[in-house]
Amino acid sequence: MVSTLTMNERHIALVISSFVAVLGLVLAASGRHDLLEPHGFLILLAGLAGVFVILHGYFDPEPGPERLSSYFDEPIKVGIVLAMIWALIAMFVGDWVAWLLAYPDFRFDAAWSSFGRLRPIHTTGIIFGFGGNALIATSFHVMQRTSRARLPDQLTPWFVLAGYNLFCVLAVTGYLMGITQSKEYAEPEWYADFWLVIVWVAYFVLYLRTLARRREPHIYVSNWYYLAFILVVAMLHIVNNLALPISIGSAKSYTIFAGVQDAMVQWWYGHNAVAFFLTAGFLGMLYYYLPKRAGRPIYSYRMSIIGFWGITFFYVWVGSHHLHYTALPQWVQTLGMTFSVMLLVPSWIAAANALLTLNGAWHKVRDDATLRFMMVAAVFYGLATFEGSFLAIRPVNSLSHYTDWTIAHVHAGTLGWNSMIIFGAIYYLVPQLWKRERMYSPALVEVHFWLAVAGTFVYVFAMWNSGITQGLMWRTYNDSGMLAYSFVDSLVAMHPYYIARAFGGLLFFIGTAVGAYNIWKTMQPIPAAERTQADLPVLGELSRPILQAGE
Amino acid sequence: MTGLEHETLVAIAKSWGLFYLIALSIGVLAYTFWPGNRKRFEHAKNSIMNDESGPWE
Repeated sequence: MVSTLTMNERHIALVISSFVAVLGLVLAASGRHDLLEPHGFLILLAGLAGVFVILHGYFDPEPGPERLSSYFDEPIKVGIVLAMIWALIAMFVGDWVAWLLAYPDFRFDAAWSSFGRLRPIHTTGIIFGFGGNALIATSFHVMQRTSRARLPDQLTPWFVLAGYNLFCVLAVTGYLMGITQSKEYAEPEWYADFWLVIVWVAYFVLYLRTLARRREPHIYVSNWYYLAFILVVAMLHIVNNLALPISIGSAKSYTIFAGVQDAMVQWWYGHNAVAFFLTAGFLGMLYYYLPKRAGRPIYSYRMSIIGFWGITFFYVWVGSHHLHYTALPQWVQTLGMTFSVMLLVPSWIAAANALLTLNGAWHKVRDDATLRFMMVAAVFYGLATFEGSFLAIRPVNSLSHYTDWTIAHVHAGTLGWNSMIIFGAIYYLVPQLWKRERMYSPALVEVHFWLAVAGTFVYVFAMWNSGITQGLMWRTYNDSGMLAYSFVDSLVAMHPYYIARAFGGLLFFIGTAVGAYNIWKTMQPIPAAERTQADLPVLGELSRPILQAGE
Repeated sequence: MTGLEHETLVAIAKSWGLFYLIALSIGVLAYTFWPGNRKRFEHAKNSIMNDESGPWE
């Protein structure tokens, strides 16, 4: 890690780490007797760890100028490992809270293990820990390849990766202690939010600097998606987290928005987190790794451009569909609903483009589980976006909202689309980056694939059933005009589905664990005799297009 | 009361909001289907298929 840095970069890294450590100390001191204190010490520890790591490798030989003739892949490897660690933690916690809903005694009577604290650990750990690290790692990979340029320096990628993970750790440890802004997907408090802004700006500038060094005249479409992801997430994060801390010594802050404005800003943020974190960035992944793995260029480049602008124009307007039948003005609700329905067009453009790329290579999809991960991702992307447009329609929403149907929808997206495309990309990347001929065990990739697919189906079908049952029970009246069922009646009806959901989640989690083991084994050093030649594409015939475009 | 009133914002959103989005979509479609861009797009989509040889100096 340190050996990839030049001497000058090591010095800058030392300064940054020391600065972080001092900052942590200041927060710990000013936040005495507040929940801020442990977080201050955590930041101090992170800074000291940085100093220690750099000093430990300080006298390692510097990288020579020959580094400039290869891509900078070290941070990508670390990013993949971090993503898998977060996946294991967050999926475990997710399945735990799923069992908790079926059997509430599984929390051992502690404050930290209440549903309200564990659940954001699951969502933050998955979206930001797993998804975010995967996005950062793949973006480092894609931006270099498509630009035919190396990252501009060695330090910034490490800073982005380490800083981002510090943010994630602050977030999840905060929830355990009860620190939260109580804004969904934006729970971390002001000091963590500040830190993320710094890291995110560094990430954005790093991307632009790499693109500025590009040798390829046209910026490939994946980069547009990644850039939209970085830029819009910065905008969302800053606006939704505008808040005033009680004091510099307190973890607690109050948002500057009030009432329905606060709700609107929150769901403008919340839905665009789905749009730009979980969609735009992931489409960037899809548009690069699917053609690469299939060995065929994307079906229609023009479709990918129209889809891109459709998604960026439409998505920013749809957040208000989370606030149907609330104090939000009716026309704003209608606006959100209308744009949600229109959004189906660019969404299906992307899904169709992916599937049409595979048209003619179905034998590869059959034989190659990695490509199959990507294919299933595209199918679930099409399914989840269709469902999303449908659920945003006001009368449909009156049935589905606040029920488990929403959970089914979200997990069709996150399990079926986001996780599948990440796993596809990781199985593509790991042998390439570690210079192996293939994964340690292709059979285990198959096992992972089928566990993931089975888990997703069990999960989503259980929640569809549960959600629709719930929604119908809540709106059934008896002859005298009273509600026919109490809330507890609907809970009892959901119990079997909750068990099924937790079981589906367990399958998915086991699949991830199998994948982590397989990746771990692939990473192990192999005897020199078996090593493939350095720096050559390891996919052999797969890395060459079978058909030239227009053929 | 100074500053933007709710009605003003609504009026802007319902008129100019509509027009600038339509203008942007026309711009995007023109860019996408501009005949001169065809070659760049073809090049871009094929170029990624062979990009593992390292950065171009």
